[in-house]
Parts: sequence; structure tokens; C-alpha cells
Amino acid sequence: MIKFEQVSKVYTDGFKAVDSVNFEVPEGEFLVLIGPSGSGKSTTMKMINRMIPHTNGTISIDGNDITKLNPSELRRNIGYVIQQIGLFPHYTIEKNIAIVPELKGWDKEKIKARVKELLIMVDLDPEIYGSRYPKELSGGQQQRVGVARALASNPRILLMDEPFGALDPITRDQLQDQLISLQRKLKKTIVFVTHDMDEALKLGDRIAIMKDGNLLQIDTPEKILQEPASSFVEEFIGKDRIIQNPELMPVVSVMTTKVVTALLALTPEKALLMMRQQKITSLIIVDENDEKFIGLISAYELIKKVNSIQLIEEIMRVPEHTLTETATAKDAIMMMPNVKYGVIPVLNEAKKVVGIVTRGTLLTALSSQWTELEGINE
Amino acid sequence: MNNLNIWEQFMQQAEMRWSEVIEATSVHIQLVFFSMIIAIVLGIGLGILITRVPKLTTVVLGGAGIMQTIPSLALLGFMIPIFGIGVNTAIAALFLYSLLPIIRNTYTGIKDVNKATVEAAKGMGMTSLQVLLKVELPLAIPMIMAGVRTAAVINVGTATLAAFIGAGGLGDFIFLGITRGIDGLILLGAIPAALLAIVLEIFFTYLERWTTPEGLK
Repeated sequence: MIKFEQVSKVYTDGFKAVDSVNFEVPEGEFLVLIGPSGSGKSTTMKMINRMIPHTNGTISIDGNDITKLNPSELRRNIGYVIQQIGLFPHYTIEKNIAIVPELKGWDKEKIKARVKELLIMVDLDPEIYGSRYPKELSGGQQQRVGVARALASNPRILLMDEPFGALDPITRDQLQDQLISLQRKLKKTIVFVTHDMDEALKLGDRIAIMKDGNLLQIDTPEKILQEPASSFVEEFIGKDRIIQNPELMPVVSVMTTKVVTALLALTPEKALLMMRQQKITSLIIVDENDEKFIGLISAYELIKKVNSIQLIEEIMRVPEHTLTETATAKDAIMMMPNVKYGVIPVLNEAKKVVGIVTRGTLLTALSSQWTELEGINE
Repeated sequence: MNNLNIWEQFMQQAEMRWSEVIEATSVHIQLVFFSMIIAIVLGIGLGILITRVPKLTTVVLGGAGIMQTIPSLALLGFMIPIFGIGVNTAIAALFLYSLLPIIRNTYTGIKDVNKATVEAAKGMGMTSLQVLLKVELPLAIPMIMAGVRTAAVINVGTATLAAFIGAGGLGDFIFLGITRGIDGLILLGAIPAALLAIVLEIFFTYLERWTTPEGLK
């Protein structure tokens, strides 16, 4: 666990790059530091392995104050990946990956086996790439080696300073996916610096937003999107973000709470009249005692069969597809094609209906964000 | 004797002084060799020092630069009160003369190493000595070798002046040729000196290529 307590970085000219920052990164968490340039995000990260010494406060790793540790020792136990990659041009790929294990004095056989394992882990054939030099590899391949090199001695902490920032979008995407699957297996504590919000949302377990050396908000991606702590955060994450990330948007924001409920005792004629008056296409049937959801009736079916049935129960469906309040807009979008008549009831814990998602409500919610976005661009 | 053309003069002198030429060449090589060894050790050392202590950069590079502007003959003269007449003075002066290209190239060679490579090296936990030995120096070697080559070639030429302060070498023939007005004698010193410079140039070019790390070629 990494812990920052009242940590500041003040340069000799008085400039405060980082101003009394407090946060913790629990074991195994992927924390993304994000902010505009000059926000202190890189400085904050680099203070962890003492590449930049902090001037005030305490940074500790697993309870040990890092200033009490030998800087070289400290760094050998923390993986470090930088944007410019920084492979040694005079070392082969194998030798590059072996740097930290060699510094730590591992024996040759162990290093060889580890290098091979790592190359396979980052999808580079050891037979082909092991003996090549960095300049013979593409940028994406080089950064894969960069990541492998950082993981070489199996450190528990990984610091990544905009590692994919200089890569083309497709390669960046591939490397992000690879990092996600690596992290699932390895469960490292990762501090990752970026200025790309999409990258932050995609990778982070939590996101820390920084500005002018201050930590404005540190939260899960969902929380950041739904409850931005300040107008700056809101502006920084951007209004269009939700459309691109429907999995981060709660289902309640794409449903309507305008739900007409009825009891089973209703006659088909009254039900039809009710729907016509309310201008709705589906009626939610609830239990008369505890208002629990029972099923729903579609106007289309009711119109067809209104004269041939005695009770609305005959045409009521008990949908297999319902959502809970905690579901996301993405769940609704994914479910929608399989739902007959395009109505998904959203239920709370007590099985009461809190709202319904229809194709219409989905479209309205998503398109309203488009129009807001258009408005900003204009 | 003066009726002979310059080439005939040269052949005549060469026949007459063959063993002396061998002797003088050997002295000349020694002057170059020893002054270069000291210049390489000190030049690279000072070059590294000024990358570590930025305050010294101007002083050291400036000092070595001034050394270079002193006329070679004058420098030799200045050295006489310190080292007396002879080989030591010549080596000291030649050494000072060779210093600048080596210091400057060591300094720029190290400074030119990609910042990201150095940051990565530090970030992985290399001590600053390890960064120097494993990263900075290997990557600066082509540049340093180029400096040594320049210094060595200049050194061979300047070493002919050592004869004026009694240190011997191929300059003896040139000196003698001038005072006696025998052009062939001048050639007898100049041609081996020029050949020596060419041989050194070729030698260092190969050495440079050979010492350049594989991944940089």
C-alpha cells in the first residue's frame, strides 16, 4: 500500500508543484492520476520512487517511510515505465529486460527463464525478438518490452508515466487491453499517469484528478462521472464521456419514472381506456397487497385481443428481462434487442417497479447528451 | 649538393640517415603515445567530471580552449622552466594540446545520451556510477573516440616542434633541413610524420567502428 500524507513538492524558487496531497493506494489497485499539464500528476507519481524528492510530508510504502530507504534499492523494487520508453539502444531486447534482475544479482539461468516468460507474456516471440536491438522494433513493440522490463523482477508496485501517450491510437488500444488482462492476472499496485480521460476510465479502478498541484477528487470512474466534485472535474471529464461509456451510466438515468401501474383485477376494456388516456403502450401490473411487480401488458396485444378475453391476466407477460436499480445503461442497451415490445422494467430490492426503460427513453437520454455536446462545440 | 632536385636530395638524405629516421620515428611515436595516454585518461576523466559538476564546465572547457590558442612553440617554451629541456617538456606540452578535443567530445557524448534512457536507468535502480559505466559511457564511446582521433592526428603534427626544445623526433630533420637549407631533409621529417598521421587516422577510424556498441551501428 502506498500512502501520501500532506505531501508537497516545493521548488527552490517557491513554485509548488504538488500541494499537501493526501491519498492511499491499496494493494492491487490500479490508480490513474489525471489532470492537465502542469497539474503535478507526473511529479506526484515520480515522488513514489524518489525520482523527484518530495519536500514536505510523508510518503510510505507498506508503512515504511521511503526517505528511510536507499533510493536505488527502492527503485529496483518498483517497476517504472515512461512515455519515451527509454530502452537501452546498445542492449538487446533480452538484455534490456534482464537489467533489474541483473542489478539484483539473480543467477543467469533464472534470468534467462524469466526473460523468456516475460516476452511471451507481452506477446513477443522470444526466438524472434530476444536477440534484436530496440531500433529494430516498432514503437508499440518497444513499449511492450518497456512493460516487460518493468515487470522483470516481479515488483509489487508499477509506476507508469503516460506509457502509451506516444503510440498511435490502434496500438495504444491494444496495449491498454493487454495491460488490463495482465493486471487481472498479476494484481499489481499500479499508479498510472495520463492526460487522456478515456484511457483513465478504461484502465482505472480509481481515478485521481489533479489541478495546480492539488488533488481535486479521487474516486471510482462511475463516481467521478456521476458525482464530479467540482465544476472543473465536470468540465475536465467532458459531457460527451457518458455516451462513449454507457457502462458507466446508471440505468436510472435512461429510464422514465412515469410508470402507470394497475392491478390484475382490471378489465381489458378499462385497461385499454387507461392506456389511451395516459398515452402509454404498456401497463405495469403489480400485486395488490405489496405492490410487487407481477408482469406487464402491451397495448398492441390488448388492442388485438380486447374482445376475445375476459381478464387481462390472459395476455399479461411475466418478462424474463428486468433490470435492477444498480444496472447500467449499457445493460439496458444490450438487453433491448431481446425484449418483446421494447419495455424493460427496472426493479428495486423490494421488487417494486421504480421505472421502465423503453427504446424511446434510451434514445432520449443518449441523444440529449449529443445535443448538449453539439451545443458546446458550436 | 645543391644542384640536386628535391627528390634526389630526399633519396640521398634517406640513404645516408636511414637508421636515424627509424630512431627519430620511434621517438616521435613515443612522444605521441605517452602524451596521448595522459590526455585520454585525464581528458575523459575531466569530461566526465564536468557532466557531474556543472559549475566546472565553463572553467574546464574554457581552460582547455585557452591552452589550444597558445601557439604550440610558445607552449613548449613555457614548459621548459617546469620540466627542463627534453622529452618530458614535449610530452607535457603535447598532452595539454590534445586535451580539448577529448574533454569536449567526452562531455558532449555523455550530454547527448538520450535523457529517457538515463531516466529509465535511474528509475530501474542503477546507482549513478552504474548509469555512467553501463549507459552513458558505452553510448558516448563513438563521440569520445572521434575526439581521441582528432587529438592524435593534431598531436603527430605538433610533435615535430618538439625538436626545437631538444626532445628529438621527426622534427629534428625538419629543423636541420631549415637551418641548412636542405629541402630534402625537411621532407625526410615531414613524410614519415604525415604517414604516421594517416596510419593513426585509419587506426582510430577502425577502433571507433569496433568500439561502437552493436545496437548503435
